[in-house]
Amino acid sequence: MAAVTAAPGTVRSGLALDVGRVRQDFPVLRTRIHGKPLVYLDSAATSQKPQAVISAMDDFLSHWNANVHRGVHDLSQRATLEYDAIRERVRAFFNAADSSEIVFSHGTTSAINLVAHSYGGSVLRSGDEIVLTEMEHHSNIVPWQLLAQRSGAVIRVAPITDRGELRLDALEALLGPRTRIVAVTHVSNVLGTVNPIRRIADLTHAAGAVLLVDGAQSAPHLRVDVRALGCDFFVCSGHKMLGPTGVGVLFGRRDLLEGMPPYEGGGGMIERVSFEETTFAPPPARFEAGTPPVAEVVGLGAAIDYLERTGFDRISRHEQTLLDLAYEQLRGFPGLRIIGEAADRASVLSFVLDGAHPHDVGTILDQEGVAVRAGHHCAQPLMRRLGLISTVRASFSLYNTADDVAALLRGLRRVREVLA
Amino acid sequence: MGSLSELYQSLILDHNRSPRNFRSMENADCHAEGYNPLCGDQLSVWVKLDDDRIEDISFQGSGCAISRASASLMTTAVKGRTVAEAREIFDRFHRMITGQADSTSEKVPAKLAVFAGVAEFPSRVKCAGLSWHALKSALDRGPEKVSTDDEPDVRQR
Repeated sequence: MAAVTAAPGTVRSGLALDVGRVRQDFPVLRTRIHGKPLVYLDSAATSQKPQAVISAMDDFLSHWNANVHRGVHDLSQRATLEYDAIRERVRAFFNAADSSEIVFSHGTTSAINLVAHSYGGSVLRSGDEIVLTEMEHHSNIVPWQLLAQRSGAVIRVAPITDRGELRLDALEALLGPRTRIVAVTHVSNVLGTVNPIRRIADLTHAAGAVLLVDGAQSAPHLRVDVRALGCDFFVCSGHKMLGPTGVGVLFGRRDLLEGMPPYEGGGGMIERVSFEETTFAPPPARFEAGTPPVAEVVGLGAAIDYLERTGFDRISRHEQTLLDLAYEQLRGFPGLRIIGEAADRASVLSFVLDGAHPHDVGTILDQEGVAVRAGHHCAQPLMRRLGLISTVRASFSLYNTADDVAALLRGLRRVREVLA
Repeated sequence: MGSLSELYQSLILDHNRSPRNFRSMENADCHAEGYNPLCGDQLSVWVKLDDDRIEDISFQGSGCAISRASASLMTTAVKGRTVAEAREIFDRFHRMITGQADSTSEKVPAKLAVFAGVAEFPSRVKCAGLSWHALKSALDRGPEKVSTDDEPDVRQR
């Protein structure tokens, strides 16, 4: 970061994000869509990548590519050192106690499936309970449903309020002696609601269960400290936090990971193999069967370095300012209804427009260069709870500006013209 | 990519605002529900047959402007036609919206030609085809629920 020289009496710009500079780091933002500058408001689907991430992967693949934990040759040893060093940086990023608590997965979905299969599969008995919430993404529902079908466990669902906040009292009432697992999103990908994870962790532990936090939408926007949150598992995706697709992170408390059986079998996760018997490597290797996504891990390492350099204090404040601005402006738009009014929100803003289906809104905005998501956002149970089929979702990241919010507003006026 | 005015033609906007034959049907001979998993939209189509002629047809459900207008115009295009004629129109319509029409020989009823612009919006092809897939399933006495994912609608590019 550039040194900040704040003259006396001026605003302390050291706390503000230099978004103009940030934007220069993201080459895709120079792309034009239908002849217009790209206004990318779909970071909750996938974030854009800074040059530092692209270059790190390019450099690795161009000069240092080799498999990890295999060769005695220099390239392989360098790749292994780098891979393990990034695991340590990810540990620090999430403030985990030990780097063996950091497992590289292929994304949030594969990490949840890993926990459901390995932890859930070994712990759950018929009649045990898994507690979810109404605001979960399909990827934090379906793996648990499959687990419930295999194990005879029962799924219980904690309700939300009309404003889109989790009803903690109802969640607490659901927790009981048969509760084994609670799986909750940190930030809703539809409502933007930030859930009070620490409180939920305390309630979960008081019931003798473990808590998995779906951090796909929080890791890019908030400082995540897994020990402060008190969660037992935390999962997220590289591609939503400025990194590449194909890599994700599972944080698991060490004592839990150590007791868990393997999820996938293969190379890299064993101690000793014979046709009669195989003994397994300790975590994290036990859960990383096969060649891991090495280049993607390198990209993820560059992404978290970029987020750290930029600083979550600046990122969060900038995104919150944009979100507040967008709320303010959209609220005044005729016939527009914002979906999700939680007191604590991050990054995501969903809405519906009278007389305009979200898909039509999405198509017309796209013609103006404005990329939003229109649909059910892989949260159909939440849509049903809200009495909706789909919404338009604008999501903000550190590279968005007030001009992007203005472009969204202009686009919505265009929607009114086209569909008039 | 085509222009918005080609996609949202006035006839389409008119049928979106006031869809024709937008009602359920008590005494239908066949019925099917089209579902688009991409957006969660669904449309039901009912058909009353007189021998092999479509005596009455109606639809209901939720959908975007393209899928509502397409359903509405579909009902007006096939009402009074034979089942065979309706199938032929479906085939031509399908080729038109997926950009596979041979323009000289492939004529759809004039009012359906307003959907030609859909071919330039690959993400919207399934919207225009939703009601037609439901109609086809109803006429085939096929599954009560048909998904737009069951057929490769979007042209590869």
